[in-house]
Amino acid sequence: MSGNDYQSPYTPNTDHDRQQMLEAIGVSSVEELFKDIPEGYTTDSLDLPPALSEPELMAYAQELAASNMVPGDYACFLGAGVYRHHIPAVVRQITGRSEFMTAYTPYQPEVSQGTLQTAYEFQTLISQLTGMEVANLGMYDGSTSMAEAALMAARITKFDRISIMDTVSPLYREVLDTYAQAPGLKIDTFTSSQTELEEGTACLIVQQPNFFGYMEDMAALSKLAHDNGALLIVSADPISLAMFKPPGDYDADIVVGEGQPMGVPPTFGGPFVGLFACKQEYIRQMPGRIVGKTVDTKDRTAYVLTLQTREQHIRRERATSNICTAVALIALMSTVYMSSNGKRGMRHVAELCYHKAHYAATLIDELPGYSVKTDETFFQEFVVECPLPPSELNEKLLDYKIIGGLDITAQVPNGMLVCATEVNTREEIERLAGALAEIGTGK
Amino acid sequence: MTSLLEKFELNRRQLLMERSSPGRIGTTLLPLDVPESELPDSEILREELEMPELSEGDLVRYFSQISQFNFSIDHNFYPLGSCTMKYNPKLNDEVASLPGLAQIHPLQPESTVQGAIKLLWELQDRLAEITGLVGVSLAPMAGADGELAGMLMARAYHLERGDTQRKKVLIPDSAHGTNPASAAMAGFDVVSLPSDADGNTDLNAIRAAADDELAALMITLPSTLGLFDTNILEVNQIVRDAGGIVYGDGANLNAIVGRVRLGDLGFDVIHSNLHKTFTQPHGGGGPGSGPVIAGERLVDYLPLPIATRTGSDNNEYFSLGTPPKTIGRMGAFHGNFGALVRAYAYISTLGKEGIPKISEDSVINANYILSQLKGYYDLPYDRTCMHEVVFSARNLKRDHGVSALDVSKRLIDYGIHPPTMYFPLIVEEALMIEPTETESKETLDYFIEVMKTIAQEAADDPDLLHNAPHNTPNTRVDEARAARRPNLRWRRES
Repeated sequence: MSGNDYQSPYTPNTDHDRQQMLEAIGVSSVEELFKDIPEGYTTDSLDLPPALSEPELMAYAQELAASNMVPGDYACFLGAGVYRHHIPAVVRQITGRSEFMTAYTPYQPEVSQGTLQTAYEFQTLISQLTGMEVANLGMYDGSTSMAEAALMAARITKFDRISIMDTVSPLYREVLDTYAQAPGLKIDTFTSSQTELEEGTACLIVQQPNFFGYMEDMAALSKLAHDNGALLIVSADPISLAMFKPPGDYDADIVVGEGQPMGVPPTFGGPFVGLFACKQEYIRQMPGRIVGKTVDTKDRTAYVLTLQTREQHIRRERATSNICTAVALIALMSTVYMSSNGKRGMRHVAELCYHKAHYAATLIDELPGYSVKTDETFFQEFVVECPLPPSELNEKLLDYKIIGGLDITAQVPNGMLVCATEVNTREEIERLAGALAEIGTGK
Repeated sequence: MTSLLEKFELNRRQLLMERSSPGRIGTTLLPLDVPESELPDSEILREELEMPELSEGDLVRYFSQISQFNFSIDHNFYPLGSCTMKYNPKLNDEVASLPGLAQIHPLQPESTVQGAIKLLWELQDRLAEITGLVGVSLAPMAGADGELAGMLMARAYHLERGDTQRKKVLIPDSAHGTNPASAAMAGFDVVSLPSDADGNTDLNAIRAAADDELAALMITLPSTLGLFDTNILEVNQIVRDAGGIVYGDGANLNAIVGRVRLGDLGFDVIHSNLHKTFTQPHGGGGPGSGPVIAGERLVDYLPLPIATRTGSDNNEYFSLGTPPKTIGRMGAFHGNFGALVRAYAYISTLGKEGIPKISEDSVINANYILSQLKGYYDLPYDRTCMHEVVFSARNLKRDHGVSALDVSKRLIDYGIHPPTMYFPLIVEEALMIEPTETESKETLDYFIEVMKTIAQEAADDPDLLHNAPHNTPNTRVDEARAARRPNLRWRRES
């Protein structure tokens, strides 16, 4: 299609409609409506490809998609902050409802109770899962939740040092660096051998399970943080919380985490949802949207965005954060995921991950040349020291229809971070072990 | 005694935990196909997890029922100013759901995700062309995130030049709240800039403020008054002559896309809200996507990653690169890929022919509303508007005690989502109406008739408006109580 007969499927007005409207406006051409654009600056024509029909676009998109190697077609053992879990069909069905998907931020509570009530559900379930008193409606992703938690800790304590464990995801650490540069926060790297924090430290940030998949001694770290006058920020994997003690049990002050494992496909990295929970006493320093329960003029239960005086549209440059549009729909995905799996299913999924990962670790540890760090408790991920550079191994694993673990040579010599969740079948795990054996011995 | 109807009312607002019954489950349990390993020490294991227990059918009915308490763009006209609530094409969702795009892991080796990186590269290319700038980072995950990125880039630029005294960011008084909040997060001091009587930037005020402490101007074009600032070339020149960066908030890009390019007007860096102009569904408050797009002065400072191409057409290779002076990562991965795919699909569907029609139709639609409602509502800036028109209900307030809020709530009774109210802050009783290009003349005619009727109702029966809306699951809610006694989660009654 080209030229003057172009009619977009998304813009209903025809030339006839436009003519009528221009007459009603009292102008003779549409150009008159754009007369405020300085002369000589109007774009004649954009250098863009021609409009595609629906089947043409779908064919091209399928071509792009087909040139990716896709987990599912390939056995995939990548984790490192993004985890593949089975997503019940109801998750996509419910969140695909256009009442949820095509609504705006619920500024008008009378016509947004669907969004608001599900948001309150999300806050409830995240509070329960983390063992914390309150949760907000979510941040962009786990990494920005963690960075915002550090800023929040600095506001609460009025200290400007942030201590972060060396076992926190290096990608999260990079995001923290981005957020900390302008406020001038000093970031200290904390190792497990240290027994105290620098004076004037706002918080100690710990990841649980840590980036390498292993469980930290949270009781000790919590005591250390609090003894030094710092808040404890925990970045937790939500699925692990169905099985392991929640941060509320060891007196965490702020809990953050990546919500993606609960019902959200990996989607090449987003959109995800950053979980954010804290103690009740800190809610007025919390960033992000918060929904509260109240009543309407007829004394009926209603939900509404609340504590908005923290937010940018009221407080402007003195807001707790600049966040506006967040990720309500992704929060809904997690809500449906948690309620679909329920009490029993959540624990079941966590235990399956535990058993699958341990089976994989046992098989790989027996292979000549490979060694798995098994002296510490791990959940669904573990570190393998390989006989070859992991990048080479991963290249060869593709021939076995396997996407291998993450190359963490930068942290561990010839280290590969291997993840197995409940979606990795026994056949896949055994195929991985068999392939590693063959590649490792040069067969 | 609770009547059955009262019971119905209570039941339908029951929460998941209140609907829960021990032993129910909403999904199937996967069997364990490997040997069990010994569980860790019970000291670190969780004893009790509270989660709802519901059957799948009960779950679906609950969520489906409460979903219908929402207005949404698929059900209602949504003229929410500055939010660009346009129709969200279904095709885009289908494209984004392709397993080859939705199931790929962000840490896969580049060689295994060539199609995905190519898509990013092509989207960068399209956005650069549309905005007239040179470099694009798709990493920011919402408009405000793009603003933060842009402001951090401005900061890095000045610091590199040793201009540590440049701490001042000028922001027009009509700006979105995210602008000052983002500038503050990037360590700047915010100075508010007045608008002149025509709604343009006050040239005298900006000249007075343009000194060697000036770091940047953050300006929305067209402005949140829905007006194209006729001083824009001069404004940008003043800022640049003073050594400042010109930041463009692209929230209102819908008004000018395909018509004029911000890069051509002297902007150094902008963001574009893909969930506005490029139709990523709003999802009840996100996800969004806010790519940051830079000209020559700031392109080296963009956040990572940037998709790059090497080789030529039949032998091309795509990688994710790092700009030489990058401000770093905005998030753990590559931005909101799902939203980027939808924007890419939208731009591809409209193409060279369709993109300019966006602004053309959105501006005609807004001016049509302006022309038909003028005289019924006060028009603080009586001039041609762009994609949105800002009226004031102060005439109704003065004559009948009816506020912009009352008018907004009454619109709900007619099946129309309220416009943006009380914003921009410089217009009292503001009603900011943005119809978008995806609404037909018939829809606009209905809206116009409703707005005229409401103006008449304000005179005849003000209480009808004060008590609106009348047919929603809830009447007006007590916001003060929610804030005074925060109840932010369900708890088991003890």
